[in-house]
Amino acid sequence: MQINVNGEKKECPTGSSVSKLLESLDIDKRYVAVELNHKIVPRIQFSEKMLQENDSLEIVTFVGGG
Amino acid sequence: MEDTGLKLGKYEFNSRLFVGTGKYQTFDIMKDALEASGAEVITVAVRRANIGGKPGESLLDYIDKDKYTILPNTAGCYSADEAVRTALLAREMGISDLIKLEVLGDENTLLPDPVGTLQATETLVKEGFTVLVYTSDDPIIAKRLQDAGATSVMPAGAPIGSGQGILNPNNIRIILETLSVPIIVDAGVGTASDVTVAMELGCEGVLLNTGIAQAKDPVKMARAMKLACESGRLAYLSGRIPKKLYANASSPLKDF
Repeated sequence: MQINVNGEKKECPTGSSVSKLLESLDIDKRYVAVELNHKIVPRIQFSEKMLQENDSLEIVTFVGGG
Repeated sequence: MEDTGLKLGKYEFNSRLFVGTGKYQTFDIMKDALEASGAEVITVAVRRANIGGKPGESLLDYIDKDKYTILPNTAGCYSADEAVRTALLAREMGISDLIKLEVLGDENTLLPDPVGTLQATETLVKEGFTVLVYTSDDPIIAKRLQDAGATSVMPAGAPIGSGQGILNPNNIRIILETLSVPIIVDAGVGTASDVTVAMELGCEGVLLNTGIAQAKDPVKMARAMKLACESGRLAYLSGRIPKKLYANASSPLKDF
């Protein structure tokens, strides 16, 4: 199925969780926060939150800043 | 006069120098500079994670989270809503409830939008954040931010990254006299003496990034900033002599 991640269209297997998606993108789960359709997904729900067709995700992390 | 730690809500710090993690040539230089600065609080920004290609190194791999308190910022936000959203995401990272709130008004000056800053402060205080808020050196808006529940008000000495120092010490003095929350000068610091000036005025701390990160030798400059901060604080606590128009001899004026 198709989903939207950080403004880019991505394919992901049906029935993927947020956790699975992060793994498939090689993203370190410790260092990110995730919004699913403009709502924050609490970290503890990463593995149970299932993705649907056309979901929109924002995955953010900390970078250098002042 | 004995100094105490810097209290910010439920947090307390010994170092009064807060430093950023942006604009370093390498993470290694950054790490050494953070160490040399003696800072206990370091700022970071929130951005989209890189999802294409190889995962790069993470900033957080270079930061000892037991040693430093991480202060996420809302840099790059131009509305209260954006800043609140960024703060909520930062908190979700599970590191702290501290937020350095910035709501900017314009890309050229990077001056804060006072209305948006006030709105976002109110919201984030209600959400339970410890809000350290970046503002201009206008004493009136500074007071409004304190009244809205900010834990610290952080006036800019000069525009962000400009290195011009404390352009209007009079306004900083008025802010110090009018407000009771800790005042931290945030932005504009170019060199060590700028930090000292801020601390001598009675500010509780200084937050800076570019002045260290873009110096020719960031690690050495970090140490200079550390010493300047301590020096200014000590001078403030010591109580300087008043400025006088005429001379006042240091040696006895009597004849032999």
